[in-house]
Amino acid sequence: MNVFKDAGHLFRFAGLFVLAFLVFLVVRHFVVPKSFGQYGHYRGNAIGEIAAHPVKFAGHETCEACHADVAETKNKGKHAHVNCEACHGAQNKHASADDPSTVKPVLPDTTVLCARCHTASAAKPKGFPQVVPADHSNGLPCDTCHKPHSPAMDAGGAK
Amino acid sequence: MNISRRRILVLLPAAAVAWKYVLAGTPEESPNYKMSDHWWSMLIDIPKCIGCGNCVRACQTENDVPDGNFRTWVERYHISDWQMTNPLGGMTNPMSDPQVISPDGGKEGFPVATDESGKYFFVPKLCNHCADSPCTQVCPVGATFVSPDGVVLVDQTYCLGCAYCVQACPYGCRYIHPVKKVADKCTLCYHRITKGLTTACCEACPTGARQLADLKNPKDPIHEFLKTHSVQVLKPQMATGAKVFYNDLDGSVR
Repeated sequence: MNVFKDAGHLFRFAGLFVLAFLVFLVVRHFVVPKSFGQYGHYRGNAIGEIAAHPVKFAGHETCEACHADVAETKNKGKHAHVNCEACHGAQNKHASADDPSTVKPVLPDTTVLCARCHTASAAKPKGFPQVVPADHSNGLPCDTCHKPHSPAMDAGGAK
Repeated sequence: MNISRRRILVLLPAAAVAWKYVLAGTPEESPNYKMSDHWWSMLIDIPKCIGCGNCVRACQTENDVPDGNFRTWVERYHISDWQMTNPLGGMTNPMSDPQVISPDGGKEGFPVATDESGKYFFVPKLCNHCADSPCTQVCPVGATFVSPDGVVLVDQTYCLGCAYCVQACPYGCRYIHPVKKVADKCTLCYHRITKGLTTACCEACPTGARQLADLKNPKDPIHEFLKTHSVQVLKPQMATGAKVFYNDLDGSVR
Protein backbone atom coordinates (compact mmCIF):
# COMPACT_ATOMS: atom_id res chain seq x y z
CA MET A 1 0.00 0.00 0.00
CA ASN A 2 1.39 3.34 -1.00
CA VAL A 3 0.90 5.88 1.76
CA PHE A 4 1.74 8.74 -0.64
CA LYS A 5 -1.10 7.80 -2.96
CA ASP A 6 -3.48 10.70 -3.38
CA ALA A 7 -1.15 12.91 -1.23
CA GLY A 8 -0.16 15.31 -4.04
CA HIS A 9 -2.22 18.13 -2.68
CA LEU A 10 -0.35 17.84 0.65
CA PHE A 11 3.05 18.12 -1.08
CA ARG A 12 1.87 21.10 -3.08
CA PHE A 13 0.76 22.77 0.10
CA ALA A 14 4.03 21.90 1.90
CA GLY A 15 5.97 23.32 -1.05
CA LEU A 16 3.95 26.48 -0.87
CA PHE A 17 4.68 26.68 2.84
CA VAL A 18 8.45 26.27 2.33
CA LEU A 19 8.39 28.88 -0.43
CA ALA A 20 6.52 31.35 1.77
CA PHE A 21 9.04 30.74 4.55
CA LEU A 22 11.94 31.42 2.17
CA VAL A 23 10.27 34.64 1.00
CA PHE A 24 9.86 35.58 4.66
CA LEU A 25 13.57 34.96 5.32
CA VAL A 26 14.62 37.00 2.28
CA VAL A 27 12.34 39.91 3.15
CA ARG A 28 13.45 39.77 6.78
CA HIS A 29 17.08 39.87 5.71
CA PHE A 30 16.52 43.15 3.90
CA VAL A 31 14.05 44.73 6.32
CA VAL A 32 15.68 44.09 9.72
CA PRO A 33 18.64 46.43 10.31
CA LYS A 34 22.04 44.73 10.37
CA SER A 35 22.83 45.64 13.97
CA PHE A 36 19.44 44.61 15.36
CA GLY A 37 19.98 42.14 18.19
CA GLN A 38 23.66 42.99 18.64
CA TYR A 39 23.15 43.80 22.33
CA GLY A 40 19.45 43.04 22.78
CA HIS A 41 16.10 43.52 21.10
CA TYR A 42 17.08 46.82 19.49
CA ARG A 43 19.36 48.29 16.85
CA GLY A 44 22.91 48.22 18.26
CA ASN A 45 24.04 51.05 15.97
CA ALA A 46 21.51 53.35 17.64
CA ILE A 47 23.85 53.64 20.64
CA GLY A 48 26.63 55.06 18.47
CA GLU A 49 24.23 57.40 16.69
CA ILE A 50 22.96 58.81 19.99
CA ALA A 51 26.53 59.18 21.22
CA ALA A 52 27.34 61.22 18.09
CA HIS A 53 25.05 64.10 19.12
CA PRO A 54 27.08 67.34 19.13
CA VAL A 55 28.31 68.64 22.47
CA LYS A 56 27.32 72.21 23.37
CA PHE A 57 28.73 72.57 26.89
CA ALA A 58 32.50 72.20 26.66
CA GLY A 59 33.01 71.31 30.33
CA HIS A 60 35.04 73.24 32.90
CA GLU A 61 38.21 71.21 32.30
CA THR A 62 38.26 72.53 28.75
CA CYS A 63 37.75 76.13 29.91
CA GLU A 64 40.48 75.83 32.51
CA ALA A 65 43.00 74.58 29.96
CA CYS A 66 43.20 78.12 28.57
CA HIS A 67 41.69 80.29 31.33
CA ALA A 68 43.85 78.93 34.15
CA ASP A 69 44.18 82.40 35.70
CA VAL A 70 40.40 82.79 36.06
CA ALA A 71 40.09 79.26 37.41
CA GLU A 72 42.71 80.04 40.05
CA THR A 73 40.86 83.16 41.22
CA LYS A 74 37.56 81.31 41.22
CA ASN A 75 38.90 78.31 43.13
CA LYS A 76 39.95 80.55 46.00
CA GLY A 77 36.55 82.21 46.29
CA LYS A 78 32.99 81.32 47.27
CA HIS A 79 32.18 80.25 43.72
CA ALA A 80 34.88 77.56 43.61
CA HIS A 81 32.33 74.80 43.05
CA VAL A 82 30.36 76.71 40.37
CA ASN A 83 31.37 75.54 36.89
CA CYS A 84 32.26 78.13 34.24
CA GLU A 85 29.31 77.36 32.00
CA ALA A 86 26.79 77.57 34.85
CA CYS A 87 27.03 81.35 34.36
CA HIS A 88 28.64 81.79 30.94
CA GLY A 89 26.35 79.32 29.15
CA ALA A 90 27.28 76.66 26.61
CA GLN A 91 30.68 77.53 25.14
CA ASN A 92 31.74 74.61 22.97
CA LYS A 93 31.47 76.79 19.85
CA HIS A 94 34.03 79.11 21.42
CA ALA A 95 36.19 76.27 22.75
CA SER A 96 36.22 74.16 19.61
CA ALA A 97 36.83 77.03 17.17
CA ASP A 98 40.20 76.96 15.41
CA ASP A 99 40.76 80.43 16.80
CA PRO A 100 38.60 80.81 19.94
CA SER A 101 38.97 84.59 19.86
CA THR A 102 36.79 84.71 16.72
CA VAL A 103 33.79 83.29 18.64
CA LYS A 104 33.49 85.72 21.49
CA PRO A 105 31.16 84.66 24.32
CA VAL A 106 28.59 87.23 25.42
CA LEU A 107 29.34 88.58 28.89
CA PRO A 108 26.35 87.76 31.13
CA ASP A 109 24.33 90.63 32.63
CA THR A 110 24.94 90.31 36.37
CA THR A 111 21.63 92.04 37.22
CA VAL A 112 19.78 89.03 35.81
CA LEU A 113 22.38 86.33 36.30
CA CYS A 114 23.12 86.75 40.01
CA ALA A 115 19.45 87.26 40.88
CA ARG A 116 18.58 83.81 39.50
CA CYS A 117 20.38 82.15 42.37
CA HIS A 118 20.63 84.83 45.04
CA THR A 119 17.14 86.40 45.10
CA ALA A 120 15.77 85.89 48.61
CA SER A 121 12.91 83.40 48.88
CA ALA A 122 11.48 81.48 51.79
CA ALA A 123 11.67 78.39 49.60
CA LYS A 124 15.48 78.37 49.37
CA PRO A 125 17.70 76.47 51.80
CA LYS A 126 18.31 78.69 54.84
CA GLY A 127 22.10 78.57 54.65
CA PHE A 128 22.23 79.78 51.05
CA PRO A 129 23.29 83.45 50.69
CA GLN A 130 20.28 85.43 49.41
CA VAL A 131 19.34 89.11 49.11
CA VAL A 132 16.36 91.15 48.01
CA PRO A 133 17.96 92.75 44.93
CA ALA A 134 15.90 95.98 45.09
CA ASP A 135 16.89 96.64 48.72
CA HIS A 136 20.42 95.32 48.41
CA SER A 137 21.75 97.27 45.45
CA ASN A 138 18.92 99.59 44.43
CA GLY A 139 19.04 98.31 40.87
CA LEU A 140 22.80 98.62 40.38
CA PRO A 141 24.43 95.68 38.59
CA CYS A 142 25.98 93.24 41.08
CA ASP A 143 29.44 93.54 39.52
CA THR A 144 29.58 97.19 40.61
CA CYS A 145 30.74 95.85 43.99
CA HIS A 146 31.23 92.08 43.69
CA LYS A 147 33.61 90.33 41.33
CA PRO A 148 31.61 87.31 40.17
CA HIS A 149 34.66 84.99 40.11
CA SER A 150 35.40 85.77 43.75
CA PRO A 151 32.36 87.54 45.14
CA ALA A 152 33.21 88.01 48.83
CA MET A 153 33.92 91.69 49.60
CA ASP A 154 36.44 91.02 52.39
CA ALA A 155 38.45 88.65 50.21
CA GLY A 156 39.46 91.53 47.98
CA GLY A 157 36.49 90.91 45.76
CA ALA A 158 35.31 94.54 45.80
CA LYS A 159 36.75 97.05 43.44
CA MET B 1 48.74 69.74 11.34
CA ASN B 2 47.70 72.39 13.76
CA ILE B 3 46.79 71.12 17.23
CA SER B 4 45.94 73.50 20.02
CA ARG B 5 46.97 72.97 23.63
CA ARG B 6 43.36 72.20 24.52
CA ARG B 7 43.09 69.53 21.84
CA ILE B 8 46.32 67.91 23.10
CA LEU B 9 44.93 67.76 26.62
CA VAL B 10 41.83 66.02 25.33
CA LEU B 11 43.72 63.62 23.06
CA LEU B 12 46.56 62.55 25.36
CA PRO B 13 44.56 60.34 27.76
CA ALA B 14 42.75 58.75 24.81
CA ALA B 15 46.06 58.09 23.08
CA ALA B 16 47.46 56.51 26.25
CA VAL B 17 44.56 54.07 26.40
CA ALA B 18 44.75 53.30 22.68
CA TRP B 19 48.52 52.70 22.85
CA LYS B 20 48.05 49.59 24.98
CA TYR B 21 46.04 48.01 22.17
CA VAL B 22 48.43 49.17 19.49
CA LEU B 23 51.28 47.43 21.33
CA ALA B 24 49.17 44.28 21.72
CA GLY B 25 48.67 44.22 17.94
CA THR B 26 44.90 44.79 18.12
CA PRO B 27 44.49 48.50 17.42
CA GLU B 28 40.92 48.01 16.15
CA GLU B 29 39.87 47.16 19.71
CA SER B 30 41.33 50.31 21.22
CA PRO B 31 38.47 51.87 23.12
CA ASN B 32 38.05 55.35 24.40
CA TYR B 33 34.88 54.18 26.04
CA LYS B 34 33.85 50.68 27.00
CA MET B 35 30.16 50.17 27.70
CA SER B 36 30.73 47.18 29.97
CA ASP B 37 32.85 49.27 32.35
CA HIS B 38 30.01 51.62 33.31
CA TRP B 39 26.61 51.58 34.96
CA TRP B 40 25.37 55.14 35.01
CA SER B 41 23.15 56.77 37.58
CA MET B 42 22.56 60.16 39.11
CA LEU B 43 22.60 61.50 42.61
CA ILE B 44 20.36 64.42 43.59
CA ASP B 45 21.06 66.18 46.84
CA ILE B 46 17.72 67.84 47.69
CA PRO B 47 19.05 70.18 50.45
CA LYS B 48 21.50 71.69 47.96
CA CYS B 49 18.95 72.57 45.27
CA ILE B 50 18.07 76.27 45.15
CA GLY B 51 15.60 76.07 42.26
CA CYS B 52 17.54 78.34 39.89
CA GLY B 53 16.53 76.35 36.80
CA ASN B 54 20.06 76.23 35.40
CA CYS B 55 19.77 72.48 34.78
CA VAL B 56 16.53 72.87 32.82
CA ARG B 57 17.99 75.58 30.60
CA ALA B 58 21.26 73.70 30.12
CA CYS B 59 19.38 70.54 29.14
CA GLN B 60 17.29 72.44 26.63
CA THR B 61 20.39 74.00 25.08
CA GLU B 62 22.45 70.82 24.99
CA ASN B 63 19.74 68.52 23.66
CA ASP B 64 17.59 70.90 21.56
CA VAL B 65 14.55 70.16 23.72
CA PRO B 66 11.49 71.91 22.25
CA ASP B 67 9.76 74.60 24.32
CA GLY B 68 7.04 73.20 26.53
CA ASN B 69 8.65 69.75 26.76
CA PHE B 70 11.19 68.76 29.36
CA ARG B 71 13.84 66.10 29.68
CA THR B 72 14.47 67.44 33.16
CA TRP B 73 12.42 69.81 35.24
CA VAL B 74 12.31 71.12 38.80
CA GLU B 75 9.31 71.01 41.14
CA ARG B 76 8.89 73.12 44.24
CA TYR B 77 7.11 71.49 47.16
CA HIS B 78 5.50 73.42 49.98
CA ILE B 79 4.14 71.46 52.91
CA SER B 80 2.29 74.21 54.77
CA ASP B 81 1.21 72.08 57.75
CA TRP B 82 4.65 70.68 58.32
CA GLN B 83 5.30 72.47 61.64
CA MET B 84 1.81 71.83 62.93
CA THR B 85 1.71 68.12 62.22
CA ASN B 86 5.12 67.61 63.65
CA PRO B 87 6.33 70.11 66.28
CA LEU B 88 9.51 68.10 66.79
CA GLY B 89 10.40 68.51 63.15
CA GLY B 90 10.91 64.84 62.38
CA MET B 91 8.99 63.23 59.57
CA THR B 92 6.30 64.73 57.41
CA ASN B 93 2.76 63.68 58.18
CA PRO B 94 2.05 61.10 55.48
CA MET B 95 -1.43 62.54 55.07
CA SER B 96 -0.20 66.08 54.49
CA ASP B 97 -1.03 67.60 51.16
CA PRO B 98 1.96 69.29 49.54
CA GLN B 99 1.48 72.17 47.13
CA VAL B 100 3.63 71.49 44.09
CA ILE B 101 4.49 74.08 41.46
CA SER B 102 6.73 73.89 38.42
CA PRO B 103 6.19 77.00 36.26
CA ASP B 104 7.54 76.19 32.77
CA GLY B 105 9.43 73.29 34.35
CA GLY B 106 11.27 75.74 36.62
CA LYS B 107 13.22 76.91 33.58
CA GLU B 108 13.22 80.56 34.66
CA GLY B 109 13.31 79.80 38.37
CA PHE B 110 10.41 80.11 40.79
CA PRO B 111 8.30 82.99 42.11
CA VAL B 112 9.57 84.39 45.42
CA ALA B 113 7.98 82.56 48.34
CA THR B 114 6.87 84.91 51.09
CA ASP B 115 4.97 82.47 53.30
CA GLU B 116 7.63 81.48 55.85
CA SER B 117 5.54 78.74 57.46
CA GLY B 118 5.92 75.08 56.66
CA LYS B 119 8.62 73.34 54.71
CA TYR B 120 9.85 74.11 51.22
CA PHE B 121 12.14 72.10 49.01
CA PHE B 122 12.96 71.67 45.34
CA VAL B 123 12.90 68.33 43.57
CA PRO B 124 14.74 68.14 40.24
CA LYS B 125 13.30 65.36 38.13
CA LEU B 126 14.56 63.50 35.11
CA CYS B 127 14.47 60.02 33.62
CA ASN B 128 15.35 57.56 36.39
CA HIS B 129 17.19 55.29 33.94
CA CYS B 130 15.51 52.29 35.52
CA ALA B 131 17.31 48.97 35.39
CA ASP B 132 13.94 47.21 34.96
CA SER B 133 12.34 49.93 32.96
CA PRO B 134 8.59 49.74 32.28
CA CYS B 135 8.94 52.00 29.24
CA THR B 136 11.35 49.72 27.39
CA GLN B 137 9.23 46.65 28.09
CA VAL B 138 6.16 48.01 26.33
CA CYS B 139 7.84 49.14 23.10
CA PRO B 140 6.32 47.07 20.27
CA VAL B 141 9.24 47.52 17.86
CA GLY B 142 12.37 47.54 20.03
CA ALA B 143 13.01 51.25 19.57
CA THR B 144 13.75 51.94 23.21
CA PHE B 145 16.10 49.96 25.37
CA VAL B 146 18.44 49.95 28.34
CA SER B 147 21.95 50.25 26.93
CA PRO B 148 24.69 47.92 28.22
CA ASP B 149 25.94 50.80 30.39
CA GLY B 150 22.58 51.36 32.05
CA VAL B 151 21.12 54.30 30.14
CA VAL B 152 17.56 54.18 28.81
CA LEU B 153 17.70 55.41 25.21
CA VAL B 154 15.35 55.88 22.27
CA ASP B 155 16.28 54.85 18.74
CA GLN B 156 14.50 57.71 17.03
CA THR B 157 14.97 56.33 13.52
CA TYR B 158 13.14 53.17 14.59
CA CYS B 159 10.43 54.65 16.83
CA LEU B 160 6.89 54.65 15.44
CA GLY B 161 5.63 57.35 17.78
CA CYS B 162 2.87 55.17 19.23
CA ALA B 163 3.44 56.80 22.65
CA TYR B 164 2.93 53.56 24.50
CA CYS B 165 6.17 54.21 26.42
CA VAL B 166 4.97 57.72 27.31
CA GLN B 167 2.05 56.14 29.11
CA ALA B 168 4.16 53.38 30.64
CA CYS B 169 6.68 55.65 32.37
CA PRO B 170 5.51 56.05 35.98
CA TYR B 171 7.59 59.21 36.36
CA GLY B 172 6.25 61.13 33.35
CA CYS B 173 9.71 61.50 31.87
CA ARG B 174 8.87 60.88 28.21
CA TYR B 175 7.13 62.98 25.61
CA ILE B 176 6.40 62.87 21.91
CA HIS B 177 8.68 65.30 20.09
CA PRO B 178 6.33 67.81 18.43
CA VAL B 179 8.39 67.99 15.22
CA LYS B 180 9.95 64.53 14.90
CA LYS B 181 6.73 62.82 16.15
CA VAL B 182 8.76 60.19 17.97
CA ALA B 183 9.38 59.49 21.65
CA ASP B 184 12.01 61.70 23.24
CA LYS B 185 13.54 61.65 26.69
CA CYS B 186 16.63 62.25 28.80
CA THR B 187 19.63 60.38 27.39
CA LEU B 188 21.68 61.16 30.51
CA CYS B 189 23.67 63.17 27.95
CA TYR B 190 24.91 59.91 26.47
CA HIS B 191 26.92 61.87 23.89
CA ARG B 192 28.77 63.57 26.75
CA ILE B 193 29.29 60.80 29.29
CA THR B 194 30.77 58.54 26.61
CA LYS B 195 33.36 61.27 25.99
CA GLY B 196 34.33 61.61 29.63
CA LEU B 197 32.25 64.74 30.24
CA THR B 198 29.52 65.04 32.83
CA THR B 199 25.91 65.73 31.81
CA ALA B 200 24.85 69.25 30.82
CA CYS B 201 22.61 69.58 33.89
CA CYS B 202 25.40 68.55 36.26
CA GLU B 203 27.84 70.84 34.46
CA ALA B 204 25.47 73.79 34.86
CA CYS B 205 24.30 73.10 38.43
CA PRO B 206 25.86 75.85 40.58
CA THR B 207 25.48 74.08 43.92
CA GLY B 208 26.42 70.49 43.07
CA ALA B 209 22.89 69.31 43.79
CA ARG B 210 23.13 67.01 40.78
CA GLN B 211 25.97 64.59 40.35
CA LEU B 212 26.50 62.03 37.64
CA ALA B 213 27.57 58.73 39.17
CA ASP B 214 29.03 55.53 37.76
CA LEU B 215 27.99 52.61 39.94
CA LYS B 216 30.55 50.31 38.30
CA ASN B 217 33.44 52.61 39.16
CA PRO B 218 34.66 51.59 42.63
CA LYS B 219 36.32 55.00 43.06
CA ASP B 220 33.11 56.95 42.45
CA PRO B 221 32.17 58.97 45.57
CA ILE B 222 28.56 57.75 45.23
CA HIS B 223 29.38 54.50 47.08
CA GLU B 224 30.50 56.40 50.16
CA PHE B 225 27.50 58.72 49.84
CA LEU B 226 24.95 55.90 49.60
CA LYS B 227 26.38 54.30 52.74
CA THR B 228 26.37 57.45 54.83
CA HIS B 229 23.16 59.20 53.76
CA SER B 230 19.45 58.52 53.80
CA VAL B 231 19.02 58.05 50.07
CA GLN B 232 15.84 57.02 48.30
CA VAL B 233 14.45 56.57 44.82
CA LEU B 234 11.07 57.70 43.51
CA LYS B 235 8.21 55.17 43.66
CA PRO B 236 10.29 52.29 45.04
CA GLN B 237 7.12 50.21 45.36
CA MET B 238 6.98 49.94 41.56
CA ALA B 239 10.26 48.00 41.50
CA THR B 240 11.52 49.80 38.44
CA GLY B 241 15.12 49.66 39.61
CA ALA B 242 15.30 53.47 39.38
CA LYS B 243 18.88 54.76 39.36
CA VAL B 244 18.32 58.42 40.22
CA PHE B 245 19.04 58.60 43.93
CA TYR B 246 17.57 61.40 46.04
CA ASN B 247 19.22 62.44 49.27
CA ASP B 248 16.91 63.63 52.07
CA LEU B 249 13.77 63.05 50.02
CA ASP B 250 10.55 63.98 51.77
CA GLY B 251 7.94 61.21 51.98
CA SER B 252 5.35 63.38 50.24
CA VAL B 253 7.23 63.39 46.92
CA ARG B 254 5.61 61.21 44.28
